[in-house]
Amino acid sequence: MNTQSDNTPETTGVNVPGYSRSSTQPFFWSVRRELWENRSIYVAPLIVAAVVLFGSLVGSFHLPGRRRLAMLLDPAHRRAAIEMPYDIAAMIIILTAFVIGVFYCLDALYGERRERSILFWKSLPVSDLTTVLSKATIPLVILPLTIFLIIVATQFSMMLISSAALMPSGLAGTTWTNFNLFQQSLILLYSLIVIALWHAPIYGWALLISGWARRATFLWAVLPLLAIGVLEKLAFDTSHFLSMLKYRVFGAGDTAFAFRPQHGVAIDSLLQLTPGRFLATPGLWLGLAFAAAFVVIAVRQRRYRGPL
Amino acid sequence: MPQPAIQTERTVAETMITIEARGLRKAFGTTVALDGIDLHIEEGRILGLVGPNGAGKTTALNAILGLTSYQGELKVLERDPWTQRDELMQDVSFIADVAVLPRWIRVTQLLDYVAGVHPRFNRAKAESFLAKTTIKRTSKVRELSKGMVAQLHLALVMAIDAKLLVLDEPTLGLDILYRKQFYDSLLNDYFDQNRTIVVTTHQVEEVQDVLTDLMFINRGRIVLQCSMEEFDSRYVEVMVNPEHVTAARALKPIHERPVFGRSVLLFDHVNRDQLAVYGEVRRPSIADLFVAVMSNNTTAPPPLPSQAPAPEITK
Repeated sequence: MNTQSDNTPETTGVNVPGYSRSSTQPFFWSVRRELWENRSIYVAPLIVAAVVLFGSLVGSFHLPGRRRLAMLLDPAHRRAAIEMPYDIAAMIIILTAFVIGVFYCLDALYGERRERSILFWKSLPVSDLTTVLSKATIPLVILPLTIFLIIVATQFSMMLISSAALMPSGLAGTTWTNFNLFQQSLILLYSLIVIALWHAPIYGWALLISGWARRATFLWAVLPLLAIGVLEKLAFDTSHFLSMLKYRVFGAGDTAFAFRPQHGVAIDSLLQLTPGRFLATPGLWLGLAFAAAFVVIAVRQRRYRGPL
Repeated sequence: MPQPAIQTERTVAETMITIEARGLRKAFGTTVALDGIDLHIEEGRILGLVGPNGAGKTTALNAILGLTSYQGELKVLERDPWTQRDELMQDVSFIADVAVLPRWIRVTQLLDYVAGVHPRFNRAKAESFLAKTTIKRTSKVRELSKGMVAQLHLALVMAIDAKLLVLDEPTLGLDILYRKQFYDSLLNDYFDQNRTIVVTTHQVEEVQDVLTDLMFINRGRIVLQCSMEEFDSRYVEVMVNPEHVTAARALKPIHERPVFGRSVLLFDHVNRDQLAVYGEVRRPSIADLFVAVMSNNTTAPPPLPSQAPAPEITK
């Protein structure tokens, strides 16, 4: 099998059929690799969606009675009442994705060091930058897209369930007139983008810790932040740091949406989306700057750190 | 001290230099792992790096592979491994030990991935190597035996058209059959004059006939380096008959060990015919020379037991 001795090494691998010289896509394959390893990225939201559907199936026995009551309300409140289960379903799945994303990031650069497979990954021509970016893509792009599809499919299934339950009482049409799936999907897509951008520094921080810590990545990611908050409270009797953390987790909604006070958190009009105001929020850009810095440090960590 | 370069029998002008290091140094805190090493390894060589645990072998390999930073000059295939690891890895393959393949991955996924990221990977070749084994494509690495994982990794590496292959204890924990197969495959199906192999192992007996060059390393320094031709011509072992022991000792053996009540003396640069009169003359094993060199090395740790480590395979 000494074909190489006839050719110069430069030309073998290019001309010999079977070599994939021109078509390597390290980034694409690195992302796929993450999905092979972490099937929870799509399995967990699917399980939650199945639970939600089961719940709405059970709840559909009481649906005709509740819908009759809802129909007595004024149009705006009626709409809000009918929409609520769909919003709750979306929120539960979004929350699941957040938890998955954080725990994924905490393990992303730690697991490969713990099981020593980092030595194998590093023996391939894939840069540390490509590797870390492919891992950051999971919570920032792949997870939001995945749950977008899952949520829309779940909500559509819930509409079918409610229509079937309401069919005998002749109220089936009220679901479709009060819940506009297409418009809600646009609102959902916008929300997921907002959340991903807002939470980027959280994922970046988790990646950094997973590339740095030698054990207990979750504790290293959380305890120092809590310690700073407690110290501040004890030393100055203020809680700016803790409220900053709270703002980072929950603060996106206030600028990205125009809530109507009388309707609570229900968003049922595209007019309520305020991307301009969101993009003008200093907190967004500050967060993204931190996220970028954390990723840069994580790339450096990957270069310096070996197996544990 | 300046290290003599490993010389091939004829130094051809166009011979590529695979690894060139000058004053390679690495310290972890106050522990010096590499204490100024010079390397000059040409293509087409198979270098065995032998040393006690903690001698700096793995650190040297890690520096060559761009896995650790270092002081001094180092060029691997004319690149700086620390800053150009991903480029370098197009031409370098590496087997650390059998445990580094990710345990969760499936065989097919592994092939897909390497084909997707490595421009010099020939998937068909890897498939044909795998066809000779009992490894199922749908298996996960965690379901394979240690030997099968080694076969799988070897199949991947042999399908990569690399110029340098680095093996760090590649046969650790494998049984005799796999170990034998491992080196046989490498020599018969992989190695040629355009490739270079650097291997570290404690099982020196099984690589003795594989190597073209030998290097002993201890406490971060090179304590011996020679080609295997040089090894064969320089070192002679004599099982001295009891009545000749005193006379033989006068020729200044570098090491002496008792075997079954007789003395085995190891000589460096002593005429073979001169020694033949004292007893049976034979080729020393690398392990025997290693023990001799290590116990003469004044900076070495307390001398190893006078008996050489038992070879795994008795030839």
